[in-house]
Amino acid sequence: MKRNTVIKIILFAGYFVFLVVSWLTGFNSGQEIGRNFISFSTTMLGIIPGAFILIGLFEVWVKRETVERHLGEGSDFRGYLWVILLGSTTVGGLYMAFPVAYALYSKGAKLSVIFTYLGAAAICRIPMAIFEASFLGVKFTVIRWLVSLPLVIITSILLGNYLTRKGYKVSAGK
Amino acid sequence: MYYLYIVAGLALLVSLIFSREKTTRSLKIAARRFIMILPAFLLMIVLISVVLYLVPDELISRYLGSDNKFTAMALASLLGSVTVIPGFIAFPLAGILVQKGVVYMVVAAFTTTLMMVGVLTVPIERAYFGLKVTVIRNIISFFIALVVAVVIGLSFGEIFQ
Repeated sequence: MKRNTVIKIILFAGYFVFLVVSWLTGFNSGQEIGRNFISFSTTMLGIIPGAFILIGLFEVWVKRETVERHLGEGSDFRGYLWVILLGSTTVGGLYMAFPVAYALYSKGAKLSVIFTYLGAAAICRIPMAIFEASFLGVKFTVIRWLVSLPLVIITSILLGNYLTRKGYKVSAGK
Repeated sequence: MYYLYIVAGLALLVSLIFSREKTTRSLKIAARRFIMILPAFLLMIVLISVVLYLVPDELISRYLGSDNKFTAMALASLLGSVTVIPGFIAFPLAGILVQKGVVYMVVAAFTTTLMMVGVLTVPIERAYFGLKVTVIRNIISFFIALVVAVVIGLSFGEIFQ
């Protein structure tokens, strides 16, 4: 095992021992951290299986040429529109967008499209926007979209092109 | 969340009708991808559980209600960057803050960084994109959030009165 892995395992083990000891001794802060851990884990465990099943199906069924044509190097502005739509229907938080982004990338989507997808998944998720508009008003949400989306697309193109020139690659996640 | 399972379930069913072999293969890929990223997920949840404890809602309310709008905006954007709060908690909180008199600009800085900048999701983002690109993307997102906040401030007449 690599040294890093050992350190990580020790840290995780220490964390869980801390939670168990806090729970047994009634140490308040530790108990609260434990509750946070459980509440976040359950939220994510609710989302992750469904999302990864869709990623798996996407990998097997969607042809590489299709992704390349619509989202790859030869695609036009419609590629950005597609991923904004995809981003707005992404569930969970940004954390779930990264594996999806990798799935798109491994099928040949270009970097600027990938970064636009990440941005859209952060700012355009529809369930979230409905929540936002109902608590802060439609005007707030509309302005936020109108300002952030173009900036996301422009910066994604700049960053994507820069990294493509440098021969940058996204890795499989480890 | 339910529609995710309706979509995933239907997709799986259709896939199964067309090819049992491909469906098995896709489930294997799903499991492999998930296991690969699991340590990063775990690390993220551990970080979130600690940070949420250190930064409770009251603390956020206190800092965002600060008298100087620009100090409040700076604090709001930093708090938004280092925390991960689900939308169904964050927006009601934002609504309460607005009712308490916190300006929209500050609320925008908080919610937008909350959505776009993820210090706590770095373990996952880094696993795919590497540390350098992760840092660049988050810095860009931070500045986009600030621009959004300023434009919101202008639109709601909060900057020039």
